[in-house]
Amino acid sequence: MTAILSSDPMLPLPFRIERVKRELSDTFTLELRPEAGGRFAFKPGQFNMLYVFGVGEVPISISGDPADDSVLVHTIRSVGGVTRAMGELEAGNALGVRGPYGTGWPVESAFGDDLVIIAGGVGLAPLRPAIYQALAQREKFGKVLILYGARTPEDILFKKELEKWRGRFDVDVLVTVDRATGRWGGTVGVVTNLINRGGFDHLHTTALVCGPEVMMRYAVQALEKRGVSTDKIHLSMERNMKCGVGTCGHCQWGPHVTCRDGPVFRYRDVAALVPIWEL
Amino acid sequence: MVRTEGLGRVIDEHPFFQGIDGKLRATLAGCATNMRVEAGEYLFRQGGPAEQFYLLRRGRIAIEIHAPARPPLIVETVGEDDVVGWSWLVPPYRWTFDARALELTRLVALDAACLRRKMEEDTELGFEVMRRFVPVIAHRLASTRLQVLDLYGPPSGAGGRA
Amino acid sequence: MPGIGAKVVFDAGELDHLIAVLRQQGMLVLGPKVEDAAVIYAPLDSAADLPTGWTDRCEAGTYRLSRAADNSPASFGYTLGVQGWKRALYPPRQKLFHAERAGSGFRVLREHDPAQPMAFLGVRGCELAAIRVQDAVFDSHGFAEPGYLGRRRQSLIIAVECSHAAETCFCASAGAGPAVGTGVDIVLNEIVEDGAARYVAEARSERGLAVLAHLTVRPATTDEIDTARHQPQQAARQQTRGLDPDAAGVLARNLENPRWAQVAQRCLTCANCTMVCPTCYCTTVEDVTDLSGNHAERWRRWDSCFTIDYSYIHGGSVRNETASRYRQWITHKLSTWHSQFGASGCVGCGRCIAWCPVGIDITEEVRVLRETEQGR
Repeated sequence: MTAILSSDPMLPLPFRIERVKRELSDTFTLELRPEAGGRFAFKPGQFNMLYVFGVGEVPISISGDPADDSVLVHTIRSVGGVTRAMGELEAGNALGVRGPYGTGWPVESAFGDDLVIIAGGVGLAPLRPAIYQALAQREKFGKVLILYGARTPEDILFKKELEKWRGRFDVDVLVTVDRATGRWGGTVGVVTNLINRGGFDHLHTTALVCGPEVMMRYAVQALEKRGVSTDKIHLSMERNMKCGVGTCGHCQWGPHVTCRDGPVFRYRDVAALVPIWEL
Repeated sequence: MVRTEGLGRVIDEHPFFQGIDGKLRATLAGCATNMRVEAGEYLFRQGGPAEQFYLLRRGRIAIEIHAPARPPLIVETVGEDDVVGWSWLVPPYRWTFDARALELTRLVALDAACLRRKMEEDTELGFEVMRRFVPVIAHRLASTRLQVLDLYGPPSGAGGRA
Repeated sequence: MPGIGAKVVFDAGELDHLIAVLRQQGMLVLGPKVEDAAVIYAPLDSAADLPTGWTDRCEAGTYRLSRAADNSPASFGYTLGVQGWKRALYPPRQKLFHAERAGSGFRVLREHDPAQPMAFLGVRGCELAAIRVQDAVFDSHGFAEPGYLGRRRQSLIIAVECSHAAETCFCASAGAGPAVGTGVDIVLNEIVEDGAARYVAEARSERGLAVLAHLTVRPATTDEIDTARHQPQQAARQQTRGLDPDAAGVLARNLENPRWAQVAQRCLTCANCTMVCPTCYCTTVEDVTDLSGNHAERWRRWDSCFTIDYSYIHGGSVRNETASRYRQWITHKLSTWHSQFGASGCVGCGRCIAWCPVGIDITEEVRVLRETEQGR
């Protein structure tokens, strides 16, 4: 629920870019503040429709700290016309924002459990708010594990933060890459191998998974193999979205309207849909 | 001199040989040696004779390919409780990749030639060993396929199922 | 002064008077008109614009308009217009906003929609049911579409009940007609006798009553009331097609039935069905600028789940195959619509069957799926 409401759900509110941070060769983070002032509250896992003047609008997950409602943070990968145009914006430029929309990661329902966060590639960005929220209440969880898979060592997102989280004595951070050159001394292999290693109590674990759909499917399989219940596994799905408010029809997945019933889904609720191609 | 009893226990404890019976364990122990490699040392090189396979107890090994004029390309890293080496089972028994220790690594090395001979003589032993290796190879294959997909790479119009 | 629910009768001449009254009240009167060899719903200037003496033949993959026999005086002797009333309530192109550059940022200005209130003359039972379906779509789950709801609230609906059915009709089995349900202002029944048409009229709202008050009417006779009641029943009896009462369940259970590949061999993904369907509501947005780049507009326009890039996410479309796109359309319409909106999305108007170039029949598709269900 945002404190700043647009008079019409299809009208974007102008936000000013305060800072642009280049994360990887094709990924960058924008820090935004509303032009009209005010706060922007959101739940980890939610997304906004971001509008580039005259170019178009795309759904992007929020990647900032939910405890800080004075700044809106988005981490974006350049994959198409609109995101490439976004990548050319600078501090001082404006961006239209509509949101926040969608369901969030069930961080607080996981109190008492081991929290296992599994991210692949840029999938770490929609999970970062959940990590912040969890670490702010670290004592409420059993173990906290962050398992992250990237393409190569040069594609590790939020590298410094991962190092910082690992540096805490109460968080296990395991990072793997799909391939590396000999200069990398870390693990090489798929992120599902990290799940196979365990380190969490399958009977009392909540898993949050975000990454390419293929990766999420295999990660869920690995979690199930370790005995984690499907109603404690959550994924973030991505679909074409034109409105973000459930009225354009594009983001449907079976009976679900991804912008409203998702993007975070409990795996048990969607397990029957996952194996059906082109649904 | 290798203390067979001690290695028997090591073999028992390693997940790869879970549930093994006494006779088989004794046979394996007879082919086993404790060893250790320092960080940077090569366990084996591509093309070399695959005369051993290894049970990793602690440490990490990089499975890699050497290419000219560039640093080696790491295909996978294996660690504690993993098994390294299956080329000893497949003729012509030559290593397909290089294996380099990333850190101080302790392993149990099993003499492949010795074991192959025993497996020919005792087919039950042969079956037990194969039965344990096939899942390892299958798992490596599945993982490799996922790595090859380059899932985190830039999206292309190649029609991959989203 | 007859009240709500009272049945009165006016003659054919009063139709013109009715249109004139509505226009005098500042309304845009939309009704059936013949254009391009079809009946469409368009602005009416007078009763002379109505398709008097025209009738239609609708079959799978066929629509033909022709002159009715015996110089029929019926103004509503056709069955349905090509598209329903969604063209007026949720137009194919809607301007959402325009924006102007301001400094290094921009300003968003809302479109002021000075829509003229509309009167719909000639709404069929299934079409009214379709409007009710879209009312639920555009005001549900916390989202209210201001454009649609604004136009809807201002619209006056004058229904004309069907007296006969086309071959493609199946509203009776879809529970959406032919008799008109709720949400209507005036219900008319056209009676043709002795070479003339007259109208049994019933106001169902205060607004409808106020309009009827301008016309010259007399109380309806018992015979006329009976005829008005029987005509839609007759239309129901004429219907030969039927929708499986558990179409929703059949589709939910058969997402991987081989039938999809078969229907895909016929389907052209031309999207005709979605364009003529009165409940389809999918849209997309278009962002445009002028040459200076200082002025931008965002438009909403109709879209169809049959287009190849409807489900595009970076790298490709989720639904590439014709089979998966056809499955999406029919499964949404007849099955998942229930989960989303608590009712079926189909009103049995049969337009998709008539306007499909290859005559694919959704009632038949559901029947075949049920017959070929695995393990039953």
